[in-house]
Amino acid sequence: MTSNYKLPLPNSQPESDYYWEKAKAHELWLRKCNECGNAYFYPRDICPNCYSNNVTWIQASGKATLYAYSIVERGPTAPFRDVVPYVAAVVELEEGPRMPTNLVDVPFDEEHIKVGMALQVTFDDVTDEVTLPKFRPVG
Amino acid sequence: MADLSKSVAIVGVAESDEIGLVPNKSALTLHMEATRNAIADAGLTIGDIDGFLTAGYWGYDVAEYLGIKPRYTDSTSVGGSSFVIDIAHAMAAINAGYCEVALITHGQAGRSARYPYGRDPNVPAAQYDTPYGIIGPPVNYSMAASRYMHQYGEERTRQALAEIAVSTRKWAQMNPKAMMREPMTFDDYHNSRWIARPFHLLDCCLVTDAGAAVIVTTPERAKSLPKKPVWVLGAAEYHDHSLLHQMPDMTVTPARVTGPRALEMAGVTHSDIDLTMIYDSFTYTVLATIESLGFCGPGEGPDWVANQRTAPGGDWALNTSGGGLSYTHPGMYGIFLIVEAVRQLRGETGERQLKDPKLSLVNGTGGLLSSTGTVVLGVD
Repeated sequence: MTSNYKLPLPNSQPESDYYWEKAKAHELWLRKCNECGNAYFYPRDICPNCYSNNVTWIQASGKATLYAYSIVERGPTAPFRDVVPYVAAVVELEEGPRMPTNLVDVPFDEEHIKVGMALQVTFDDVTDEVTLPKFRPVG
Repeated sequence: MADLSKSVAIVGVAESDEIGLVPNKSALTLHMEATRNAIADAGLTIGDIDGFLTAGYWGYDVAEYLGIKPRYTDSTSVGGSSFVIDIAHAMAAINAGYCEVALITHGQAGRSARYPYGRDPNVPAAQYDTPYGIIGPPVNYSMAASRYMHQYGEERTRQALAEIAVSTRKWAQMNPKAMMREPMTFDDYHNSRWIARPFHLLDCCLVTDAGAAVIVTTPERAKSLPKKPVWVLGAAEYHDHSLLHQMPDMTVTPARVTGPRALEMAGVTHSDIDLTMIYDSFTYTVLATIESLGFCGPGEGPDWVANQRTAPGGDWALNTSGGGLSYTHPGMYGIFLIVEAVRQLRGETGERQLKDPKLSLVNGTGGLLSSTGTVVLGVD
């Protein structure tokens, strides 16, 4: 799996290295502002709500609900054409922010995937170096 | 804010010589043909142009190719909405005295480009969206549509998307420049293959090669030119996110801001509008935008478009060119909305001509429902 992985990997930036390190350790972390209380995704060193530098990292519970999804039948780029169908999704985390992801461990049809359904984070070690947080139905 | 309503006019519009599948011409050639045609339409020469607005390129790359040395330049790039927003920017620049005759131009070999169009690997999309295959408009817009279906009902939403696809095709059948002119039935829509569920193929716009250009100038100059001036009565722009997961509400676009503002500036209301031109990257873009502009309330769009109301002969004219869905869509389509609105207001659209339209509302959308520009155009 490791050496055969053909899909694009995340281009980590200085402000997000910690996020991806924690993902590799199978933990989902968010930024939270100590000044205004805003928890946000994606990571930025400065709070986008109040512009404070006084921001910390918090570990997310990993609980989420499905906000929107698409069952992709035609891959948007060449490498994804080899892995269709897959489920593109936006989930709303218990802490408030929304994030993009894939749904896994669920049949890819409208009978089993419902906006609003409860989800739990799971971690996909796509290479030795990179882990992608993904989500699966609870229970 | 200064009252700039009716302070400038659109005096020239045109497409490139060919649109659709044009493998023998580069994007910059399409720019140049459209510019030449728009200048001719306006009764001007290239030397009259002193303001230059484009998107998708660095401005000087296109201006050099076209042989233009502008004293006002604007390369605002907020996707397909850019060219509608450019109308507002040209209006502001002309009123401030930065230029007198502004050219807005676009060319894109969306279908035939020899080299792919890439995104900056340093933007957030490259690390948060791309690894999940959340790439490009169909995947993103179909996610937004899933949210709408959840909130307002799957079956009635599906019917609305079908109504929009079918009615838009009927308009395209009356446009000789439209790429897709075969009849489309509701069965054709429902049976078309899946691209990204809930989107069928026929929910999605075309991918074409095409250019277009628009010329804006002062009332004094406009009155000296051969064609009837099309006045810019209202204009507004807004964007509130880039990536879809950052969109405040996937069922409401930035048109919620730009629609009411543009109408207020024009001093008219929704019911005064004779022709509505809405960027139809997808059927869903139209549905969400009708509501966001304020023509009807949240979740009421399916009733608004029911029973082919937006088709030829219906009582609410929409996207009479055949739209991005059936006429042309090279990637960034907004400028083509303006071309059609101006031609309808001038009475130049032949078989599909509306009866004596006086007011048109044009709404361009860019990015992932990220940005909108709305203008209200009118004739005396």
